[in-house]
Amino acid sequence: MQKRKVVLTFPPSLIDQPVTYHLIRDYDLVVNILKAKISPKEEGRLMIEISGKRESLQRGMNYLQELGVEVQPLAQDIIWLEERCTHCTACASICPTKAIAVDRKEMKISFDKEKCIACELCVSVCPYKAIEILF
Amino acid sequence: MAKTIAEINEKIKKGKAVVVTAEEIIDIAKEKDIKKAAQEVDVVTTGTFGPMCSSGVLINIGHSKPRIKIEKVYLNGVPACADLAAVDIYLGATALPDDDPRNKIYPGRFNYGGGHVIEDLVAGKDIKLQATAYGTDCYPRKKLETWINIRDLNEAILFNPRNATQNYEVAVNLSDKVIYTYMGMLKPNLGNAYYCSAGQLSPLLNDPYYKTIGIGTRIFLGGGVGYVVWNGTQHNPNVPRTEEGIPKVASGTLAVMGDLKQMSPEWLRGTSITGYGADLTVGIGVPIPILNEEILRYTVVSDEEIYAPVVDYSKSYPSGSSEVLCEVSYAELKTGMITVRGKKVPAAGLSSYAKAREIAQILKEWIKRGKFLLTEPVFLLPSVDAGITFKDLKERPIE
Ligand code: SF4
Ligand code: SF4
Repeated sequence: MQKRKVVLTFPPSLIDQPVTYHLIRDYDLVVNILKAKISPKEEGRLMIEISGKRESLQRGMNYLQELGVEVQPLAQDIIWLEERCTHCTACASICPTKAIAVDRKEMKISFDKEKCIACELCVSVCPYKAIEILF
Repeated sequence: MAKTIAEINEKIKKGKAVVVTAEEIIDIAKEKDIKKAAQEVDVVTTGTFGPMCSSGVLINIGHSKPRIKIEKVYLNGVPACADLAAVDIYLGATALPDDDPRNKIYPGRFNYGGGHVIEDLVAGKDIKLQATAYGTDCYPRKKLETWINIRDLNEAILFNPRNATQNYEVAVNLSDKVIYTYMGMLKPNLGNAYYCSAGQLSPLLNDPYYKTIGIGTRIFLGGGVGYVVWNGTQHNPNVPRTEEGIPKVASGTLAVMGDLKQMSPEWLRGTSITGYGADLTVGIGVPIPILNEEILRYTVVSDEEIYAPVVDYSKSYPSGSSEVLCEVSYAELKTGMITVRGKKVPAAGLSSYAKAREIAQILKEWIKRGKFLLTEPVFLLPSVDAGITFKDLKERPIE
């Protein structure tokens, strides 16, 4: 079993297609939707956690790419610029996954990419632009 | 036995002064008795690092040829005030470019404002100056566009009319929608809480009645040396206090000033508060001379003994009433979870405790190495006996 978090970007032509349904039924994958967003230009973005056998995952990803869906791994999305961080801890209390954790003795934060679901909440909360989205 | 500032300075010059931080003194006082600690310790250093409204810089750019008496001026597109003289300019931390969308695209991001210009200026970056004037016989020029740099300015002075507030509110949101405040993004129905004080390290919480801090007190300011020049605006000593004298709400404040040319961008940071505006985060550290036992006793205060009022920022604060929902200690706040109306609420800081600690350490090192001598204040900040009453605005309709 393998687990991956990815951001899927759908062109307008694919928005109404039951893509996740196919991933589940045809490729035997477990799909957990973390966030979905449709922009005014009708481009859809779906953040999913996807798990299954290694080969199934690969085949699922190939299927998406063939369809014209852009697949990006999620771990790259959010970056923490430690040198800009003041360790105010403002971002820690709103992080839903505890990807940002506070060492209570040092009163300093740490960022665990693995736990981050790129919800972007912390990005607008940080007053010092110490967290950035890479797209 | 009481000590004087002059005696402490003699020890500092000889490298013999005993200097500890406001955090370290807590444990020292636990081990020794207060009397002994007061004899041994000479200085306790404090620190705070948080967004501080009412900050700004005063610069003199030098006269151009031909001369100009500047009327309107922009620094990197951010408007500043030139209404002082010909080429004196005051740039406030919250100023925004005219074309910033503000909260039109809600919540606004306020990516670049006065505080960011100050950070760039102190970092030694070139700043674009655009000025206009109406022209006079003695100052004929009407337009000036040039790069300026801090090293070429006659003066660059950080002058913050209100900083280092003694204690502060904890902000929560009782409404059913997200709100964006100067105290951060607050989730509905008590979804989270923000606080903004260094607690036991905070300068004025270690000298709650201002028995050592006054006009002329030399301090760590923005990475350089500065001075307390007045009480800050909205300085309000007459608030409810604990038995030990710790204010239970925001109270005393400092007006501070110092040479920006000595300061560093590490301790003066441009700040963008989503939905609210731009600001400057300032690092301040105040040394407290341990003149006697009483003063030491104040510095021993710990997070368990400092309480902050929890206030609803959806209705109560904006309406001007600031009704206190409950009180929580900084010890509770620093666990990251407080209880309000029986509900567990995640809490986080806006001011950085880690940086406050660093400032107290740096100041301690400066004093230990004889680099930084204490000053005798010209007069102390007005305290509870000064008869100050804090006034809200009384509006009088204009006919
Ligand atoms: S993007 Fe979301 S999950 Fe990731 S660190 Fe920020 S708040 Fe946490
Ligand atoms: S909000 Fe920004 S500065 Fe504060 S701890 Fe988080 S990343 Fe660091």
